[in-house]
Amino acid sequence: MLANQLGYYSLIIGLLCSIYLCYVSIKDLNNTNRNVNPNIIILSFLQLTFVIISFLSLILSFINSDFSNEIVFNNSHTTKPLFYKITGTWGNHEGSLLLWLLVLTLFIFLFLIKSKEQPKKYRILTLLFQELIIIGFFLFIYMTSNPFNYLFPVPTEGLGLNPILQDPALAIHPPLLYLGYVGSSIIFSASLAAVTQNYISKEWGKHIKKWVLISWIFLTIGIMLGSIWAYYELGWGGFWFWDPVENVSLMPWLTLTALLHCILVLEKRGGLTSWVVILSITTFMLSMCGTFLVRSGILNSVHTFANDPARGIFILIFLFILIFLSLGIFFLFHKDNNKDPNNFFWLSKESSILVNNWFMMYFLSVVLIGTVYPIFLDVILAEKISVGAPFYQKLITPFLAPFLLFMAFGLKLKWIKSKIENKSSLIMFLIISIMLTFFILKNITTDLLFYTILISAAFFLFFTTLRELFLKKSNNISQTISHFGFSLLILSILFNGILTSEITTNIKVGERYVYSNGEIFFERIEKEKKSNFDSIVGYFKVTNNKGKVTKLNPEIRFYNQPVTITSEADIKTTLLVDKFLVMNIVKGNDYFNIRYQVKPFMLWIWISVLIISLGGLMGLRKKKYEK
Amino acid sequence: MYGKKVKLRFLFLVLILFSVILSVFLILQSLKDNVVYFKSPSEIKSLLELDKKKIRVGGMVKMLSVSINSDEVNFVITDFKNEINVTYSGAVPNLFAEGKGVVAEGFLKDRNYFLATKILAKHDENYMPPEVKEALGVK
Repeated sequence: MLANQLGYYSLIIGLLCSIYLCYVSIKDLNNTNRNVNPNIIILSFLQLTFVIISFLSLILSFINSDFSNEIVFNNSHTTKPLFYKITGTWGNHEGSLLLWLLVLTLFIFLFLIKSKEQPKKYRILTLLFQELIIIGFFLFIYMTSNPFNYLFPVPTEGLGLNPILQDPALAIHPPLLYLGYVGSSIIFSASLAAVTQNYISKEWGKHIKKWVLISWIFLTIGIMLGSIWAYYELGWGGFWFWDPVENVSLMPWLTLTALLHCILVLEKRGGLTSWVVILSITTFMLSMCGTFLVRSGILNSVHTFANDPARGIFILIFLFILIFLSLGIFFLFHKDNNKDPNNFFWLSKESSILVNNWFMMYFLSVVLIGTVYPIFLDVILAEKISVGAPFYQKLITPFLAPFLLFMAFGLKLKWIKSKIENKSSLIMFLIISIMLTFFILKNITTDLLFYTILISAAFFLFFTTLRELFLKKSNNISQTISHFGFSLLILSILFNGILTSEITTNIKVGERYVYSNGEIFFERIEKEKKSNFDSIVGYFKVTNNKGKVTKLNPEIRFYNQPVTITSEADIKTTLLVDKFLVMNIVKGNDYFNIRYQVKPFMLWIWISVLIISLGGLMGLRKKKYEK
Repeated sequence: MYGKKVKLRFLFLVLILFSVILSVFLILQSLKDNVVYFKSPSEIKSLLELDKKKIRVGGMVKMLSVSINSDEVNFVITDFKNEINVTYSGAVPNLFAEGKGVVAEGFLKDRNYFLATKILAKHDENYMPPEVKEALGVK
């Protein structure tokens, strides 16, 4: 009760802080004083504090199962474990928006204290643009999704959190993803401020690169966690489904990655200024579009909680205002003030980065069209369609091979004008890659030529980056690590795709299912009772043709609040291979429906994503070292 | 010098334009082949010719229609006006049950017989895909 009101009022005070902060900043803009008015930083801190208080009191309401709060009632239950009571705070629409607001205010505060050496006007303008977004979100929360709505009479029990969201990976997935999404808001505000101040320059590139890296790292890890969760919770045994909601998170990642590469050109050579601004704007717009698509209920997935058209319309209007504002500013103020001659030789780091950007934009348009086209068709022709994985695979995989080769070469090139060094060793690596791939693939795949080209390219990148890492010759170790991670990722995904074997069958307790490579024995089932669900645990013995026995115990859970049945796959993970067994029940039948998969290199998909992010982390560290 | 720069810009623009056109063409081309249409049993009944392409069928699982043996699941999808027989071998989502909404993806063998390759998972008991809602005429 008390926490509820505390949260509500501190949210209002937070909004007042933001408005006053805008007023003070605008006044300070015309002040000739060289330093930023210290009140601004204090106000920004206050704004952050009030949002934190509001968020903490929401968490407290969840911990205490205070059902006088509407969203606690809708999303929590007394029997739920404490951990999921807490994470339930952002497992719903209202709470996750509050988290979004929290990250927005946190980032602008960090920006203010970390940018002391930057020009004053630029800092204040960045703050103002960010405040525009913050106030927009404050209003959005007030008008359409207040997390502190009061319920009377107070219900005695809540409705519970969707059981598939009760999961450790999913508990930290939204905060990390938001750090990435919202981190791009700072890039957006800062680039608009820099455009108005005509400050898009090498110095600015150096300064903003850190922010790009930070949100890129969080976005990468956030997407990975969501993917891990989908792998073991949704029971299909895959890690990427090309589901619209996944695509929506991939799109800002693609533009952010493109931006990350362009920033290098800006930082070192002062070039590509317009393109950097456009990418900064696009990244944040895509993050916002993502929120719009997910929150408006247009897309169907786990992420659509409650659908309320008013929310969609609000975000849509807000989005349009931001787009028009940013485009207006860009066209009015932007001047290409690059004094260096923009000439560069065709074989240089600049052109390789342009090539990277071409690929990124191509991948982006594939994903964008695949995601948006069904929505348009539905609105215009009222035809229901869906675009599945084959569409994306067909359009993206053929371009992967040249993309990987360019990644290998691009790393080695120098700025302005370059030539390829160590031609002989490169050719040797290429030949080794092709031979290796050919011998590995010879007996296991039907589409030999296609996969040979693709995997050779990945191996080539793998070997060249590995060599750089061993020789420690390269001065851009962070890029090398990330590119190495990417080659490992592609290799793991491809081999995983080629070598995965799957068996689905319907089986009764006590039966054996014999297949070409072994047998599955369904020993028995056991019933268990937990605080908020009952479960049936199946005991399976899988014997492969070498006589090796794997015991797998998948589970079916019957949650009482809300009434839902979920399957918990049992996965035995080893360094090289994952064994995945999931069982389902069909009501009123003795048969259990099981799916058994042997998936090689699953673990390496996650490891390689971590290596990619590690490269980003190293990039952050290197900057300090240079100073 | 000036002329060279203009030439370079022009070349660059042409390259970009060309690649944009190429990629849009590619995307639209494969969109045509890979789109999966959603049909209700009634729409299938009124089809003029059978499509060999993959489609999705949605509706309710008819009461008392589910039968299971060791390698397949048979059931009937109905929209209370028309119905279609479905055969499926593969993993069934937990919320698949008689009297509940379902979306099946696969190929039409004829107007009364559908061979499913995938049954789509749903996430909670009360949730009904909008396509199914529409197919059933629920507002």
